[in-house]
Amino acid sequence: MERMSFDLAQVPLRELNSFLHQDAPAKGVHQVVVTNPDGAHNIAVGLDCPVEVEIVGHAGYYAGGMNKLASITVVGSAGTGVAENMMSGRVHVKGFASNGAGASMHGGLLVIDGDAGLRCGISLKGGDIVVGGSVGSFSAFMAQAGRMVICGDAGDALGDSLYEAVLYVKGKIKSLGADAQIEPMSAADYATVKELLDAAGMQHDAKDFKRVASARSLYHWNAEADQEY
Amino acid sequence: MSSNDHPKTIAREESFGYDRKTIDYIRNAAAHGLYEIRGMGAKRRLPNFDDLVFLGASLSRYPLEGYREKCSTKTVLGTRFAKKPIELEIPITIAGMSFGSLSANVKEALGRAATEVGTSTTTGDGGMTPEERQSSKTLVYQCLPSRYGFNPDDVRRADAIEMVIGQGAKPGGGGMLLGQKVSPRVAGMRTLPAGIDQRSACRHPDWTGPDDLAIKILEMRELTDWEKPIYVKVGATRTFNDVKLAVHSGADVVVVDGMQGGTAATQTCFIEHVGIPTLAAVRQAVDALEDLDMKGKVQLIVSGGIRSGPDVAKALAMGADAVSIGQGVLIALGCNHDSYFQDGAHHDATAGYAAIGTAHGYCHHCHTGKCPVGITTQDALLEQRLSPEVGARHLKNYLKTLNMELTTIARACGKQNVHHLEREDLVALTLEAAAMARVPLAGTSWIPGVNGL
Repeated sequence: MERMSFDLAQVPLRELNSFLHQDAPAKGVHQVVVTNPDGAHNIAVGLDCPVEVEIVGHAGYYAGGMNKLASITVVGSAGTGVAENMMSGRVHVKGFASNGAGASMHGGLLVIDGDAGLRCGISLKGGDIVVGGSVGSFSAFMAQAGRMVICGDAGDALGDSLYEAVLYVKGKIKSLGADAQIEPMSAADYATVKELLDAAGMQHDAKDFKRVASARSLYHWNAEADQEY
Repeated sequence: MSSNDHPKTIAREESFGYDRKTIDYIRNAAAHGLYEIRGMGAKRRLPNFDDLVFLGASLSRYPLEGYREKCSTKTVLGTRFAKKPIELEIPITIAGMSFGSLSANVKEALGRAATEVGTSTTTGDGGMTPEERQSSKTLVYQCLPSRYGFNPDDVRRADAIEMVIGQGAKPGGGGMLLGQKVSPRVAGMRTLPAGIDQRSACRHPDWTGPDDLAIKILEMRELTDWEKPIYVKVGATRTFNDVKLAVHSGADVVVVDGMQGGTAATQTCFIEHVGIPTLAAVRQAVDALEDLDMKGKVQLIVSGGIRSGPDVAKALAMGADAVSIGQGVLIALGCNHDSYFQDGAHHDATAGYAAIGTAHGYCHHCHTGKCPVGITTQDALLEQRLSPEVGARHLKNYLKTLNMELTTIARACGKQNVHHLEREDLVALTLEAAAMARVPLAGTSWIPGVNGL
């Protein structure tokens, strides 16, 4: 049994997830197609094996949440928290993503072909996010590690309270958050952007991107610093 | 002698509003330009469980023999949706405290003692350590706003999941871990640069509000194939509404942490001025469950200043299913003691307290990481002052004592099961406690705000 199909109009979500957790690795299923997702929440969460899942339609909250090893494609748009806390593997949203896309991801690659909503990459702890369109305000808030490539524009307060994550933005940045700063691109940065664009299958010139990283001025309490943050 | 012979003086009078403590506070603020950060919970005088007493059995009620008759303490948590509820021998659990705020030795001691007495322990901000998973038979895994070290493998390894919305010491605030405690191991687990002053988020990154939380909880259920109980922990503020919303969100268990609940590092203004006392919160929480007809279906854990067997008994009588203890547990391990036990001998810790500007009995300097008795530290030398074996022995004794006191009181009230203790067994010694807990003032039938004037 190499390939399985689940019609969520007929089969309860619990059965699909349970299959993906237990039977897919045990029976060596490599491909699972999910039809009629109809915006259901929590599709393909907590996967822990190298299975390919294709969700044909729109997904609700937390699609591919906490993924390990699996490759999940949403052929449609995804709701809040797509690929949240992903550890490894890949999640690809062919449409748009809502708020908190890739929140607290530790690893893996999240690709969003369209735009992402507020707080994309919030609390990022590793891994890579590539957004073909624009991202909303407060993206990369408190992002600790990992990389984000934004091919469109960024909203307000990009990278607020940023730690060690690095952001690359092609378009306009409406405003930077506290402690985020634009830094010069190095040869290594250009190579990184190219590598991530290639991995995401997107065509842009790395030369057009800006680097945003932390000024690291909030790392320690400082009575002299202004308290506007 | 004329009346003018008495030398004229200006009275030396301490101000009530500007007392010595307030003057010190203003001077500190003026000198440093930063608020005070400290550990432990609210220190001010608050109405608490000491303000309630039990009505033991007499002619109108029949007691059980204190040492002979069975009195069950078994406690089951998570019966609403989880396939595998948590079964505990005693209704006293160990509260969530992080590796980072506590040393790895302490986390191991907590796990060992909890396992020996048949109760659960809880992770904290910063993830699960192998030491605590290995030493704990029943381990509750917290999902916090920061998501430091949050890992689906640990979700699968856990026995229950606790969604932490807030904490009694700082409802509405995120955690802090000052640089001196962000050791390379702690920093690695939290994906942060070592030595920074770490400020945790106060809001979860991927949901806002109770309707989102309901979906988030479903994600945890789907992820664990509906096996594990899901707790929702709230700091006590608008407890009646918050408990209702937690139930609406799909919690199996609600944890309510009152303002006496501890912390390892929070602003003093937060600890002392935000949140409501545990006594007031427990009543609101029980009211919420009863209002929804969910009492007994969704279990209630109460924490924040639970210190003794009588405290546990009163919380249960008020309607809690279990309690959770943090500070009492640390004190049992040696927190605020004048000495520590290392290499077979007691060593004086006075100088260690003095070095951080305090003394045993007063210490709330967990945030400094220089705990002189080796508990709230990441220092390689200091942490050796508490061995897991010694710590576990003391904690086991403490938990056993609490449980013996609990059953003693339950038997005196004629109960064969500590969960049969009821509000009707309690009266209040003060008007405040009577009003908050809504039990009658002792010797009267008066409940302020409910009957009479």
